[in-house]
Amino acid sequence: MSQALLTVIGEDRPGIVAAVTQALHTADCAIGDASMMRLGGYFTIMQIIHYSRDLGTVETALDPAMKALNLRIHLDPISSAPAAADEANVRVTVYGADHAGIVASVTQALASVHFNIVELESEQSGNPERPIYVMVIQGSAPGGLAEVREVLEPLKSREAIEIGVHPIDTAMF
Amino acid sequence: MAVLPILTYPDPRLHRKAQPVEQFDEELRRFVADLTETMYAGPGGVGIAAPQVDRLQRIVLVDVRSKLGDDCHGFLCLINPELIAWEGMAVGREGCMSVPDFTGNVIRAERIRVQAQDLDGRSRVYECAGFEARAVQHEMDHLDGFLFLDRLVSRKTDLFRRKNYQKKESKA
Repeated sequence: MSQALLTVIGEDRPGIVAAVTQALHTADCAIGDASMMRLGGYFTIMQIIHYSRDLGTVETALDPAMKALNLRIHLDPISSAPAAADEANVRVTVYGADHAGIVASVTQALASVHFNIVELESEQSGNPERPIYVMVIQGSAPGGLAEVREVLEPLKSREAIEIGVHPIDTAMF
Repeated sequence: MAVLPILTYPDPRLHRKAQPVEQFDEELRRFVADLTETMYAGPGGVGIAAPQVDRLQRIVLVDVRSKLGDDCHGFLCLINPELIAWEGMAVGREGCMSVPDFTGNVIRAERIRVQAQDLDGRSRVYECAGFEARAVQHEMDHLDGFLFLDRLVSRKTDLFRRKNYQKKESKA
């Protein structure tokens, strides 16, 4: 089996996931890790697929769904690199009045201590006159929680945002 | 004493409901000794339930001293446990010996009161909080055939207030 990363974008409506996954199934593809969510008025899919034939066959199988639902689809063949062993052990929550540069400054600070982002979710919220920005980042901090807190501390006043740094404890039972 | 083999999902035996313990005898003590050794040999080593070793009886062991030190009950042997009160809710990430490799977010009560029998059949009541309460609830779920997979919640739903809810609130 070969692997590819499938990206799908389309105006949100019911049936996108069903149409795409049904097409993949008929083309003998198996679905691996996937992230599917609505962003703005669009529905987005990013998923790893395992395919046994060639990518052209996969594209052909997806074609009717693509046309019927007006989707944009992209397929990237990828090597089967093993997943990184470092698990997310820190959650960073950020919120404040929305303004340009919040994500850039926070993630730059995190990168400076080699924080590896595993997942970032953010949402613009609040009322239109006074929008707020909420972001939750999960990742692995090789230098530990204190180092992350230290490097983010100056941003609170500089960017006028609230930042929380919390351990992600996995309770193994 | 012996380390017993652990059933792992998707073994259907993990979904069966366990039966109450009625005989508080030497055989029960021997089994609990084996179950204890099995718990400490596990990757987490803080809790186990009898159905995980294919014994359909309502027996749960918890010992979170490795995590909380002396700030807990220590070794708990809960036979025929019943949750008699709970309060608070907290999201936490859990893993399980019976579900290798996968971890996920689960909502549990923060503080619980549990009534259970000990090895001699005496009724006792324990109050647990935080990590210890989470462990007891996780293990008690096994007695009813539930895994933490049955209680998974979405991170996004937990962390973000829903926009339409917010709108309703601002009108009020």
